[in-house]
Amino acid sequence: MGEALGPSMSLVVEDIAKRFGRFPALKGVSLAATPGEFLALLGPSGSGKTTLLRIIAGLDAPDSGKVGFEGQDFLVLSPRERRVGMVFQHYALFRHMTVAQNVSFGLRVRARRERPARAEIAATVKRLLSLVQLEGLEGRYPAQLSGGQRQRVALARALAIEPRMLLLDEPFGALDAKVRKELRHWLRRIHDATGVTTVFVTHDQDEAMDLADRVAVLNQGRIEQIGAPADLHEQPASAFVFQFLGDSNQLPCRIEGGVARFDGFTAPAVIAPGAEAVTTAWFRPHETQLAPVGEGLPVTIDTVLIKGAVVRLDCRADDGRRLEVEMPRSDYGRSLSVGAHARLRPTLVFVFPAPTEGAGDDI
Amino acid sequence: MRTVVASRPRGLFAWLAITLATAWVALVILLPLASVFIEAFRKGVGAYLDAFRDPDAIAAIQLTLTVAAISVPLNALFGVAAAWLVTRFEFVGKTLLLTLIDLPFSLSPVISGLVWVLLFGASGWFGPLLDSLGIAVIFNVTGIVLATILVTLPFVARELIPLMQAQGAEEEIAAVTLGAGGLQTFFHVTLPNIAWALLSGVLLCNARAMGEFGAVSVVSGHIRGQTDTLPLHIEVLYNDYNFVAAFAVASLLAGLALVTLGAKAALEWRLGREGAGAGRG
Amino acid sequence: MSRALTLRRWRWREPSILPGFAPALGFTLFYVGLIVLIPLCALVARPWEHGIGGFWATITEDRVLAALRLSFTAALAAAVVNVAMGLIVAWALVRFEFPGRRLLDAAVDLPFALPTAVAGIALATLYAPNGWVGALFAPFGIKIAYTPLGVFIALVAVGLPFIVRTVQPVLQDLDAEVEEAARLLGAPAWRRFVEIIFPAILPALITGFSLAFARAVGEYGSVIFIAGNLPMKSEIAPLLIVVKLEQYNYAGAASVGLAMLILSFAVLAAINLTQRVIARRGAA
Repeated sequence: MGEALGPSMSLVVEDIAKRFGRFPALKGVSLAATPGEFLALLGPSGSGKTTLLRIIAGLDAPDSGKVGFEGQDFLVLSPRERRVGMVFQHYALFRHMTVAQNVSFGLRVRARRERPARAEIAATVKRLLSLVQLEGLEGRYPAQLSGGQRQRVALARALAIEPRMLLLDEPFGALDAKVRKELRHWLRRIHDATGVTTVFVTHDQDEAMDLADRVAVLNQGRIEQIGAPADLHEQPASAFVFQFLGDSNQLPCRIEGGVARFDGFTAPAVIAPGAEAVTTAWFRPHETQLAPVGEGLPVTIDTVLIKGAVVRLDCRADDGRRLEVEMPRSDYGRSLSVGAHARLRPTLVFVFPAPTEGAGDDI
Repeated sequence: MRTVVASRPRGLFAWLAITLATAWVALVILLPLASVFIEAFRKGVGAYLDAFRDPDAIAAIQLTLTVAAISVPLNALFGVAAAWLVTRFEFVGKTLLLTLIDLPFSLSPVISGLVWVLLFGASGWFGPLLDSLGIAVIFNVTGIVLATILVTLPFVARELIPLMQAQGAEEEIAAVTLGAGGLQTFFHVTLPNIAWALLSGVLLCNARAMGEFGAVSVVSGHIRGQTDTLPLHIEVLYNDYNFVAAFAVASLLAGLALVTLGAKAALEWRLGREGAGAGRG
Repeated sequence: MSRALTLRRWRWREPSILPGFAPALGFTLFYVGLIVLIPLCALVARPWEHGIGGFWATITEDRVLAALRLSFTAALAAAVVNVAMGLIVAWALVRFEFPGRRLLDAAVDLPFALPTAVAGIALATLYAPNGWVGALFAPFGIKIAYTPLGVFIALVAVGLPFIVRTVQPVLQDLDAEVEEAARLLGAPAWRRFVEIIFPAILPALITGFSLAFARAVGEYGSVIFIAGNLPMKSEIAPLLIVVKLEQYNYAGAASVGLAMLILSFAVLAAINLTQRVIARRGAA
């Protein structure tokens, strides 16, 4: 999990550990972000991603480790001094202030010397509201806005203080699916327009892969892998990363000569360093072939679901193991009906080293 | 989970319950209230107004207003500080503090007055000291103010604490991340959110402060025209068999109670929209 | 000065980025200390002015015992009556829609806001032998005002809202589906009340009872006009404190006050214990 911590990094997180009571939330986490990068922290609940974000923001203190930004030690700075913009999952808009007052808040509370003139503040508010596509809503109150609009106000508010870094804590978590998708694209455009280093926490792997330049996958307080979305798909470092990033199937296999050997067939394998010879093969439903006859694992088809251009078949092996297959509609043949027998064969498998279970709980 | 919804009463039991409930409340609460006004006007409007032309009555009104004007703002300030402390921070001894804040609620008013006599009375702990300095606390406005502060201490805090607890600190945390300082956060973010509850607490605190009898009775010395608040003046009039005047003055305080309750009901309706859910997505 | 969170092991307070802890704590502790704690210390210390013997002699005086007995039994009796009537009032307010319901609901709060002296003279006048209610009982030779019965009546009037306001929200939040299930299974109304509703509201009833009791024990203004105040007969404990103060018997007054506090505390602790036992049985 090492990161090149060179001078070209803006945010540097080194070996952060944090426990709440007896629960270890973070067990030694390190990462770095380049200036202007969009970095996602992805993981299931309890993985420590929000804790890490709050430590970067200054809302929580780590038990050990370092956080630095552009060479400055962040841990000695209060949140106010760090000048990071934060967007919360439930917006935290000031319910008694108008949109304009919310957005301008960070500017209005500055000390007299640093405070911009009223006209300048108004101009900034206008500019930001048009950036987030909420022109004309200056006088509305949060209660009069939809969830998506409120979140955009929250973002404008965070951007108003010209933050060095933007931190977003599952900002779309409270919104419905359609709004979430729209805001996703819009957020990326905003990021490209402003160029601010952004750290984005989410449990939705679609979102992370869609938005981020690089994704850090967290699990139980540790970073499993950091990399560009494509790298995570093509070269997952662990079984956790693989199964978290999408639907997956498993089959026991033997690795010999760079190829995965099953009972009666083989498959090409991507072998992560440290994988053992007798292990589990992981593969995607859409990288699996299903045919009425031929080489492969004998299965019975339980259900067939036609989802638009794709057909999903739930299959059951003789030992009761369940497997999923996805194929394009054009490849689907009527012989693959419910109850029919077929042969299942992965076209590409991944194998990983055994997970280090609970190693090193000491902090 | 559905809760039971009020329905049209059907059957004997329902009507029995309603009748019993109404009769009881009428007997125990409404009848005494009505009698205050009826007795006050028993001898006509002229006699009613005469009660307030009495210089002792005027002095009592002034004293009551003065005492309230001092104790209510102080307790309001305390209530805000205590609510901020208790709902925004975690620290050792919080439960003990909450118990102490609630304590005046369960003390007999006489005891709330007694303790000041024990401290500042002629043979109290500080009695001789105050005597030598020529300062009078007992039998003086100061003592009355102290007794009133003790009795009404919890009122504002008890209104604010549940509300601020339910609202959570999210807005204030957001304000701090945006660069706001302590006072800025409080005035711009917290105060608007608690304004109605604060007003409600102040109203209740005021009603109790103006109406307090037992505690004030103990510390005041009952010097007519000087250390008699309105409730004490009522007692004086009543013991003098001057019933109409006593009830006339009582009707003033009863009117204050009704106005307070009415305002509180209006604020409660308003408050229903201010709780944790309002304004959130 | 940076308000950054420092790294430390055990803390006596959880670090927070919200400002104002020190001033709020300082002011609150100062205020509470000055207004509540120090005066209370005086109350706890004074009865021992003449030693334990002095304290004991005072509280075992016949007059003191009579006053304590009156205050506590009248308060208990009034609280019991209030539980019954308060439950009926709360039930009517929650379960039925009827004309005047809102007025009734608002009226319940009146004892909270009405000054005790005002209630006191009103009750005294109403229940005096020539008062509206007193006149109804006079022909039967029943005197209410100026007797312990008058004390009881006044305490009942004072305690009603405590029961109603604690039970009402609980009644409001009862699960309709549980009751409906019971009805469909054939349970008659009284059975549904005893086995389903009552256990659910019992904790609130007990809480309301102890609140009403605590208030009634110390009640002064509402009671002294209707009470008669005859030593040994119709003199309540708070009045006795006032009497001793007027005699400059500070230690005596403090002794009675302390005795009241201890007794109240004992009763409330017993009630609390009962609550705990009931809760444990309910949870099991």
